[in-house]
Amino acid sequence: MAQMTMIQAITDAMRNELKNNEDVLVFGEDVGQNGGVFRATEGLQKEFGEERVFDTPLAESGIGGLAIGLGLTGFRPVMEIQFFGFLFEVFDSVAGQMNRMRYRTGGKLTSPITVRSPFGGGVKTPEMHADSLEGLVAQTPGLKVVIPSTPYDAKGLLISAIRDNDPVVFLEHMKLYRSFRAEVPEEEYTIPLGKADIKREGKDLTIVTYGAMVHSSLKAAEELEKEGIDVEVIDLMTISPLDIDTIIASVEKTNRAIVVQEAQKQAGIAANVVAEITERSILSLEAPVLRVAAPDTIYPFAAAEDAWLPDYKGIIETAKKVINF
Amino acid sequence: MSTKTLAQVEEQFETFQILNEEGEVVNEAAMPELSDENLQEIMRRMVYTRIWDQRAISLNRQGRLGFYAPVAGQEASMLGSQFALDKDDWILPGYRDIPQIVFHGLPLHQAFLWSRGHFAGSQFPDGLNILFPQIIIGAQIIQTAGVALGLKRKGKNNIAITYTGDGGASQGDFYEGMNFAGAYNAPAVFIVQNNRFAISVPVEKQSAAKTIAQKAVAAGIEGIQVDGMDVLAVYSATKQARERALAGEGPTLIETMTYRYGPHTMAGDDPTRYRSSDLDDEWTKKDPLVRFRKFLEKKGLWTEEKENEVVEKAKEDIKEAMKQADSAPKQKVTDLIGFMFEDLPHNLREQMEEYTAKESK
Repeated sequence: MAQMTMIQAITDAMRNELKNNEDVLVFGEDVGQNGGVFRATEGLQKEFGEERVFDTPLAESGIGGLAIGLGLTGFRPVMEIQFFGFLFEVFDSVAGQMNRMRYRTGGKLTSPITVRSPFGGGVKTPEMHADSLEGLVAQTPGLKVVIPSTPYDAKGLLISAIRDNDPVVFLEHMKLYRSFRAEVPEEEYTIPLGKADIKREGKDLTIVTYGAMVHSSLKAAEELEKEGIDVEVIDLMTISPLDIDTIIASVEKTNRAIVVQEAQKQAGIAANVVAEITERSILSLEAPVLRVAAPDTIYPFAAAEDAWLPDYKGIIETAKKVINF
Repeated sequence: MSTKTLAQVEEQFETFQILNEEGEVVNEAAMPELSDENLQEIMRRMVYTRIWDQRAISLNRQGRLGFYAPVAGQEASMLGSQFALDKDDWILPGYRDIPQIVFHGLPLHQAFLWSRGHFAGSQFPDGLNILFPQIIIGAQIIQTAGVALGLKRKGKNNIAITYTGDGGASQGDFYEGMNFAGAYNAPAVFIVQNNRFAISVPVEKQSAAKTIAQKAVAAGIEGIQVDGMDVLAVYSATKQARERALAGEGPTLIETMTYRYGPHTMAGDDPTRYRSSDLDDEWTKKDPLVRFRKFLEKKGLWTEEKENEVVEKAKEDIKEAMKQADSAPKQKVTDLIGFMFEDLPHNLREQMEEYTAKESK
């Protein structure tokens, strides 16, 4: 088995699908000759040609419209938004158009599109690059939203996303791109969308999280174990729709939960998880479900990023509040 | 220098016309090759659409239709361009462009169902290459660039055509769509139906550009301004644009100079607030039906009797289509839930159960 970084696993998934299906097209700004600003599409144009992997003019809304049109004519577009902070430029295509194609035509037409985009903090990008805008798309009916936390998951989930006949927003945390390597099979495999993964089993407290915060939560769990607190960590992987069964089964086992997200507290996913737990399992709870999230400011200037982002220490603190409630 | 350049650009965009207001041919060299039957069919479609427009307005007032954007005045622009298409070409319409998709193959009763907001309206026949009328101004233009590129990549001998109004030409997506199609040399035709008002705002307040056609220059594609009340000129310009696109010569922007006689939509718009009756009168004199009727009568191709036949046929079809629309099953929430995704995720499965129970009561 090969050792891959997350970005290599992502490239590998696209290569697999470009090989597997000639209708798969990969396009966006700088994805061709340059191989993408993060090198996610490195070598793909050389291998599959300019008809399959190509650069677009610099216009996000145009890229979204292009994807929708190509989808209507039988292609499976994999479009890149260079940074997810640029989502607003293409929001109509993503959240107003491709998500309703099947619905508005009563099943006659679909948008089998994968929207790939880097996001996430901790890498000191200029403003409007790192913002965690996943809540905006996760609140939009008709979109599936996927955020992997490991190279293995990234490959299997991205292959599933590309094969899905409905639009999938696939978000790649920039800090995870090259922060570590892990074993990833060279052959193809899929991980189903809409399923969470229990990254660590435990019996005292459930942490529900996704993206880079999976790693902070696992670190917090290790620290808490030293104090005799046995934490279960659920990596949502697909943040919309939620894998409610996995969340509820865990909460009913541990009777305590916290939800951890990198995004601002008001920005969506964690609040929804709390609501689902409350609606379904309130009688199993020994304590309120608390959230660990960033403060409700605009994404901070780079010099304040480290202090602003939630970290494992904050997770430990919140976990203890719930344990000691 | 810049003023001179702009003047040079604007000079290129004189209005292309074949028939004048008296139905006389003023540009013999540009006369398209159309059989007598073709010419009669074009007239038939314009008359049919005028009757349908009158009926739709009245049905809307009676509460028997939903959203409706009147089309009278724009028949030449809509149907002249559609007549230039192959049946497998793609049409991506704006909200007013129902006649084009109906004559492309959408059954009339489905157009009525769509107007009422019933999803069965948009479950159109297989193999019909249309999208449903776009509500977001400009979204259809970038999607057209994608469809056109897809057709080219699939080796199809077809084009994608899209429509918007003069207001649509102010949108960023208008420019992005033309620019993308130009950059990929995709077989796209962009039609801006300049009916002079974006709801109430006159075209002079949309842009300092003297024509919308000249905006093609910035995208590096062909642009032409056409008399949109002259059905032969619109047909001819669209036909040429289509042939150029298929010959690999790139997309075209066509600005049709037209007018809507009625309100923007039937949802409370009052054109007397922003339009003078003098302007209405001026444009009524240019009427595309009157002009083409005169042209055909002189050729012995149109009579009052023929016209009445079309009027009667239109009325009958509309009656029949309304009956069919009335018999569509009541729309259910469970149907809508079922069309969100190919497979139902957890949340929608639960909501499907909930609404199945409610709707079976």
